[in-house]
Amino acid sequence: MAIEKRVRFGNRWLPWLLVAPQMVVVTIFFFWPAGSALYQSVLLEDAFGGSSQFVGLDNFNRLFSDGSYLASFRTTAVFSLLVASCGICIALLLAVMANRVIRGATLYTTLLVWPYAVAPAIAGVLWLFMFAPSVGIVSHALRSLGIEWNHLLNGNQAMALIIMAAVWKQISYNFLFFLAGLQSIPKSLIEAAAIDGARPWHRFWTIVFPLLSPTTFFLLVINIVYAFFDTFAIVDAATQGGPGKDTAILVYKAYYDGFKAMDLGGSAAQSVILMAIVIALTVVQFRYVERRVQY
Amino acid sequence: MNFKALIAAAVLAVAAPAQAQVEIQWWHAMGGALGEWVNGLAKDFNDQQKDYKVVPVFKGNYDEAMTAAVAAYRAGNAPHILQVFEVGTATMMASKGAIVPVAKVMSDAGLKFDPKTYVPAVSGYYTAPNGQMLSLPFNSSTTVFHYNKDAFKAAGMDPEKPPTTWPEVALAAAKLKATGHKCPLTTSWVSWTQLESFSAWHNVEFATKRNGFNGLDARLVFNTPLHVRHIENLANLSRQGLFVYKGRAGAADATFVSGECAMYTGSSAAYGNIKRNAKFASGISALPYYPDVPGAPQNTVIGGASLWVMSGKTPGEYKGVGAFFDYLSRADVQAKSHQMTGYLPITLAAFEMTEKSGFYTKNPGADVAVNQMIRKTTDKSRGIRLGNFVQIRAIIDEELEGVWAGKQGVKEALDTAVRRGNEQLERFEKANRS
Repeated sequence: MAIEKRVRFGNRWLPWLLVAPQMVVVTIFFFWPAGSALYQSVLLEDAFGGSSQFVGLDNFNRLFSDGSYLASFRTTAVFSLLVASCGICIALLLAVMANRVIRGATLYTTLLVWPYAVAPAIAGVLWLFMFAPSVGIVSHALRSLGIEWNHLLNGNQAMALIIMAAVWKQISYNFLFFLAGLQSIPKSLIEAAAIDGARPWHRFWTIVFPLLSPTTFFLLVINIVYAFFDTFAIVDAATQGGPGKDTAILVYKAYYDGFKAMDLGGSAAQSVILMAIVIALTVVQFRYVERRVQY
Repeated sequence: MNFKALIAAAVLAVAAPAQAQVEIQWWHAMGGALGEWVNGLAKDFNDQQKDYKVVPVFKGNYDEAMTAAVAAYRAGNAPHILQVFEVGTATMMASKGAIVPVAKVMSDAGLKFDPKTYVPAVSGYYTAPNGQMLSLPFNSSTTVFHYNKDAFKAAGMDPEKPPTTWPEVALAAAKLKATGHKCPLTTSWVSWTQLESFSAWHNVEFATKRNGFNGLDARLVFNTPLHVRHIENLANLSRQGLFVYKGRAGAADATFVSGECAMYTGSSAAYGNIKRNAKFASGISALPYYPDVPGAPQNTVIGGASLWVMSGKTPGEYKGVGAFFDYLSRADVQAKSHQMTGYLPITLAAFEMTEKSGFYTKNPGADVAVNQMIRKTTDKSRGIRLGNFVQIRAIIDEELEGVWAGKQGVKEALDTAVRRGNEQLERFEKANRS
């Protein structure tokens, strides 16, 4: 016999009342802006909104007939994959190490969390200074190793620069979650495996990592969203999408067209495309990747 | 007596004097030393009269100030006065209803305003096709050639004889490189200096329809053999390590001030910064040209910004704006601004006043920019006023970066830039068709 799982309320309005605050927040901060973006994306307006005309899917057609826009899909894919994978791997490594530290553990943890408090634009500028072709300390060191660093003209180096800045900024966040995940793994499990003769590497892959998989999955989703949406300030500060369009990721172009060039219709159309991509990615992640997660 | 009434009376008594003074919000994009200059102007005006109070508000760089004003306008909180850079001019002109022409503000306020007192290349830029002046010229600069006199001396060249033509620049760069200079030549604002001013300086069009002055259906034409020749020349210099690309916008300014680069083309407004921070003797000279091109050198185009009056304010407030603009138009105020900042004297009277004061003999080079501008302009050299200009400049940066990196040919790059830029112009034309 199935157990009745549904809760019964005495008053039929009470459940609505209870979900209302949540619905209000979601409506105001998600559905409303998303709706505005959809509405704007079919309009062509001058900067001050004085004349506005309905252009249907014109803004979208224009984007998809622009070769440089299509190229920025590839740029974004490379950027997002590298940011998410590097960010997660490095953070995991740091968390595993920090978890083993006995003395001064809080100090390490605090220091590793610091970069998260840095604004993305500052992170971009920071890395830009270190890698500035003629004055940066890192580019200076690279030159003495025989590597000519000039991200102003070398697209791959420019890409490496923004990936480093974006990853550095996100490591703290990932680190915190991994550390919490590691600390919640019962010591007895690992000790039992050790007694059974499993080497540390083996223990990590067969016990720790599977138990961390919900955290890893969560971070994968968050990091992809981060790379897609929150990185325009880093790009703006470090490379402005250059050289050429080599680091012009999708969100940077949307930001640039909307806030610098004041083409709201074009920018809204790009936001809608971005929204669709992220929804699709998240669905894929939940449907296919989540199956391999052990809660 | 009622206590509440007493409080109300007290509040009124305190508030009354403040209400009598009309506040004028002025959003600008002048940071650092230039910010002090702007605040000084407002303070001076406020001290001279009691009816109006101009409140300058720094809103970040030019893009940010404009974006902030657009957002404020859409929300109904626009400032009275907005400083807009030259590339935003076409956008402001096309946005009917958002702005009040400065000529109208002045005549409504009953103030005398004669656009003819302004330097033609400056006033022409901000005047509508129907002859009405739309914004008040405020800080105008132009493109000049800066060079490091100490580096010239070290390379065995006469520091008082800067190169005047591009072939001479190439020779000077080679000599500088021979003495170990890693960056003989660079440039700020690639599009502005190497294509826009370059076109006017050689009396060729950058865009059709008189560079956009005569209509929104203008299209880009900076892919002629002359333009290709010049960019090809720079690309060759780049391959030999004589020209070094230092990034977009004004990124190269710092490389000249630090002494890393010995010559650079950039804004005349960099003068103040160089004078204050450079640890070497520097000189200013006219933009180089190709001597075999007929009509060169003509005149260079302006950069900088003008002041726009936003719509939707009360008549009393517009009177205040008029009074402030009247103050800003005074020759002594402009002469002082010109000498302090390195921006151009925007009226002929301010130029003459500065000349008479002996400023140019004391500061040689400060008049170079002025002499490049105070000339009779032609239809091809009056200035360049295009819609979506911010994007067009970014497109030019992107395509030319491909050239400096050796990834694409010059002709191909300029053709692509023209094609992509024209798409922007078509879009602007469509958005502003009324």
